[in-house]
Amino acid sequence: MTDSIVSALDTLGNSAYVVVALLILMALYTMLTQKNLIKICVSIAILGSSVNMFLVLLGYRDGGEIPIYFLQGENQAMVLPTPQCLTLTAIVIALATTALMLSLIILLHKHYGTLDIDEIRRLRG
Amino acid sequence: MKPLSVVVTSICDIFAWFIVVFGVYVINNGHSTPGGGFQGGAITATFLSFVLVAYGGSHFKQWVREGVYGLLEFVGLVAFFIFGCLGFPNSFFYNSLAIAYGATPLSEWIPYCGTISLMNVAVGFEVVGALSIVVITMYESIHMVSTGEGMGGERGHDRFNR
Amino acid sequence: MKRVIFLGAAIVLAGLLCGMFEAIHPFGVPRNTAMDDYFLVHALSDRSAQNVVTSMVFDWRGFDTLGEAGVLFTALCSIGALFRDGSKKE
Repeated sequence: MTDSIVSALDTLGNSAYVVVALLILMALYTMLTQKNLIKICVSIAILGSSVNMFLVLLGYRDGGEIPIYFLQGENQAMVLPTPQCLTLTAIVIALATTALMLSLIILLHKHYGTLDIDEIRRLRG
Repeated sequence: MKPLSVVVTSICDIFAWFIVVFGVYVINNGHSTPGGGFQGGAITATFLSFVLVAYGGSHFKQWVREGVYGLLEFVGLVAFFIFGCLGFPNSFFYNSLAIAYGATPLSEWIPYCGTISLMNVAVGFEVVGALSIVVITMYESIHMVSTGEGMGGERGHDRFNR
Repeated sequence: MKRVIFLGAAIVLAGLLCGMFEAIHPFGVPRNTAMDDYFLVHALSDRSAQNVVTSMVFDWRGFDTLGEAGVLFTALCSIGALFRDGSKKE
């Protein structure tokens, strides 16, 4: 089972990165075309997740195991731990910024009564 | 927020505690399994939003005290800093309690890895406190925003009153 | 009109991304692994940590994690300041 997965990953080549490219394009499309602030917030979260995925993909080694000695299988090689460590940091910071973004959106809705960015841009007074 | 149906509250009675148990398991086994303080804290903080969704706002206000979670956050952050200071003759955050690999441990209940599991518990406290306070504050802001009470103090030139 | 402009930009960006992903190292064969191999070996032998990622987060990069906890605390403080009850006089 695991060997078939590993061999399938070996035959993929660099096309594994295409998933990351698709996610980045989807996030950019949503960010540029949508008018709703909540949808823009979701697209920023998708962009951050795709970058995290790219970091973890960069650290994969052929036939690599999980970098924990308790759970290691027969293979001796392990995947690189540094990108996973950096990704762990990035996920928590993305969580904090998302919470702050949603709070600012709540206050904007209170102030302007709408979530449409075209309405918000208009001057009031 | 109004409480949901009796089905959801019954499921919450039965299964909400297992969220806390699973989160504490992930925190405590962070040195030997995937997971750790941040992930287990995030799982444990899900409990509070589950209770809020299932039981509604009035029960939630009676049951939850914000000061407890602020204390958790404070204790976790200070304990994390102190555990970092433990390795100071060598360097900041040096793992001074670690036992060399192959040596006999003090007890079979104490893991080899020194301050790592202590820091996992401290960071777990901090993340539980922080995310729970975020949930509580955002719930209280619903009432504040919908009624307009307590939002004073801001008088910008483009402020309009409807 | 906007859609046409966006489609052109998206095609250009997709081409750039695909070129970039073809140019970096092949999937599964990272180039310079000396630092990671050092961590993988010495996490078990020096610090006796079974979980290498946790050992890096809390031991070698502990100061970074302290800053991360500080970021979480700062976000919490700013959320509390945004929804502060302004009508209370202290």
